[in-house]
Amino acid sequence: MTKRNNPITLPDFSKSTRVDKVGVEERVSRFQKRSIKGEAKLQGLKMALNMIDLTTLEGKDSPGKVRQMCFKAQHLHDVHPGLPTVAAVCVYPSMVGIAKKEVAGSGVKVASVSAAFPAGQAPIDVKIRDTRFAVDEGADEIDMVISRGKYLAGEYNFVFDEIATIKEASGNARLKVILETGELVTLDDVRRASDIAMYAGADFIKTSTGKIQPAATMQVTYTMLQAIRDFRLETGIKVGMKPAGGISSAKLALHNLVMVKEVLGNEWLTNDGFRFGASSLANDLLMQIMKVETGIYQSSDYFAID
Amino acid sequence: MAKKKNTSEFPKWNYAPAPESTSHIQLKDRYDLYIGGKWVKPLSKKYFKTINPANEKTLAQVAYANEKDVDKAVKAARKAYDEVWSKMEPSERAKYMYRIARLMQERAREFAVIESLDAGKVIRESRDVDVPLACNHFFYYAGWADKLEYAFPNRKVSPIGVAGQIIPWNFPLLMAAWKIAPALAAGNTVVLKPAETTPLTALKLAEVIHDAGLPDGVVNIVTGYGDTGAAIVNHPDVDKIAFTGSTNVGKIIQKAIAGTGKKATLELGGKSANIIMDDAPLDEAVEGIVNGIFFNQGHVCCAGSRLFVQEGVADKVIEKLKHRMDSLIVGDPLDKNTDIGAINSREQLGMIHKYIEIGRKEGATMYQSNCELPSSGYYCAPTLFTNVAQSSIIVQEEIFGPVLTIQTFRTTDEVIQKANNTPYGLAAGVWTDKGSRIFNVTTKLRAGVVWANTYNQFDPASPFGGYKESGFGREGGLHGLSAYVKQNEYGTVRSVENV
Repeated sequence: MTKRNNPITLPDFSKSTRVDKVGVEERVSRFQKRSIKGEAKLQGLKMALNMIDLTTLEGKDSPGKVRQMCFKAQHLHDVHPGLPTVAAVCVYPSMVGIAKKEVAGSGVKVASVSAAFPAGQAPIDVKIRDTRFAVDEGADEIDMVISRGKYLAGEYNFVFDEIATIKEASGNARLKVILETGELVTLDDVRRASDIAMYAGADFIKTSTGKIQPAATMQVTYTMLQAIRDFRLETGIKVGMKPAGGISSAKLALHNLVMVKEVLGNEWLTNDGFRFGASSLANDLLMQIMKVETGIYQSSDYFAID
Repeated sequence: MAKKKNTSEFPKWNYAPAPESTSHIQLKDRYDLYIGGKWVKPLSKKYFKTINPANEKTLAQVAYANEKDVDKAVKAARKAYDEVWSKMEPSERAKYMYRIARLMQERAREFAVIESLDAGKVIRESRDVDVPLACNHFFYYAGWADKLEYAFPNRKVSPIGVAGQIIPWNFPLLMAAWKIAPALAAGNTVVLKPAETTPLTALKLAEVIHDAGLPDGVVNIVTGYGDTGAAIVNHPDVDKIAFTGSTNVGKIIQKAIAGTGKKATLELGGKSANIIMDDAPLDEAVEGIVNGIFFNQGHVCCAGSRLFVQEGVADKVIEKLKHRMDSLIVGDPLDKNTDIGAINSREQLGMIHKYIEIGRKEGATMYQSNCELPSSGYYCAPTLFTNVAQSSIIVQEEIFGPVLTIQTFRTTDEVIQKANNTPYGLAAGVWTDKGSRIFNVTTKLRAGVVWANTYNQFDPASPFGGYKESGFGREGGLHGLSAYVKQNEYGTVRSVENV
């Protein structure tokens, strides 16, 4: 893929490429028919493990729970050697300090949700403060939500400016922009919001908060991957993708990897290019890895829950 | 607590081979002719081999029917027509057809694998498209068998007689189903000749027909080359010819039957336009382009081989298309992950190469996907040509391979004119987000099938056929049925028996 447009000129977002849902469904079903076997399956499962943002985003999160999760992030299943760690842990800003300490030196990143997660219903100065707090606590990555209310009202410039502002407030932290596609509803809007986020400075675009259904359907992820591919062709910049919410089986994770490989190429198949926002996916991946390696399905009791 | 490094070093992720098993299929070393409900040795005493185009290995020896063999088959068909099939209660005919359809479904996997072995098409397509559609054609027409009076209201409906059917190598089983199902539903009997490079699924279909207990002689399968087909066309006791294949052969048939009173439907070549408007859903349109030209290695008579892209989005679409082409997996047709399989025959591969050479000599700009091709077998990388003109040979002539030409246009009128400026008129596609545009363009395109925001979709209930040199008559749906019935108005002097 070649770099074409430097400096970047902003497109007219009202003219973002249209998306045909029927066509998307057809293409997605093709990914689901790919046969992933043997070595390819094992490698895929391990790559998926290494792409997980292990997540806890609840009102009842405690320092204890976060510490446990951070330990698991680095020790997924130590009885089986040779497994990678996850990519990151994802927590609320109030837990960033604790998480940072727990994963220090391991290479596991700390991601913090931000910008009045999950609804985004707060003024911009609150969102800036929210973001700066997380960065100051040591967050490596910021998962911000966009203002869906403004987006749906057609105020694309507002959404764009807000993302750009948070990008600035994030400093060196990697910015993931959550579109909350379940609230945008149509694939045309998923595509347009993706374009807005990337041109405004997103390092990653992310489907969902996990609080709204539907979340990371393959149709939505596919549409966002197309947007990422076009942005790369247009600007030369690589933006990552993070489907979050609803991906809990290894099979679905592999289908997602197939989709990334075929739409964007192998270059995106690392945790710099692709992440899974998930909490229960890790154990299903581990279970499948053990099945491939030993030939036996083990009960879920053999895998630590958090 | 012990720290562990975040290891993210993985080798390039490629799919492991996933070949469909061939252990469940049953192929004989040698196939005779299926005539009068029996497998009979050819009077010609000759056999020819059919090979797997993916590795050039011989799959089986197949009987080479001569004129005498064809005569025998036509006689068997006539006998079955006169004595059994035309007199049978229509609801009984339907029962046989449903039985054939169900048996085909039961052996769907075997049909799919043999189709891929013999034709080079990828297992994903034979499994998901060819075989299910073939079954559905039998189901669909079985439903009409006892409802002909409703299909053609106020008409006295009767069968035509013996149908001679000659089918091509691109969709061997599906074409056999397209031909046989409506013929049987209406009470006709059949002599069918599959193409010489792909006879096996038609012969397997004969086994299914036999197992279904269809009365002897209702369906006869004779295998051979062009002279076998000519013997069917020229046989005086054949009442109707149904042919799918090249326009050249279609013209020969047309001349041969002129003045004989034989009815005919011809489904011939095409050079169909696929039109992308600037407001189209571009990524899905790119999929549609790929599906339009690379489906079945481009061996599709209705392939969207002439792409027209509106000027403002042309660069974008071509860039996306090239990117998509590079992700197509070309290789072993039996591998479940293969997107593009083998070219059907050495002869066809030569034809495609000839046209690619012509394109280069005409000064067109060529792009081929950067896929690796297998070292043996007949393969051609997905290919596109830009910088072509309406007068380029590669834009005018049917290539019947994975070769696309791309032209741009500015206005709707211009593209309609260019799309219609061809001796063919089989199919077309239009891609736009605007409903009114769809109706405007599709009503002005002179093509038998026009798809909007999709391409290469088929259904037994939908008629298929061409304008101009793409042939005449329709297959599929009620239109397809009408080609196999005589319709008389009630109360006219001409009785059915006298016609």
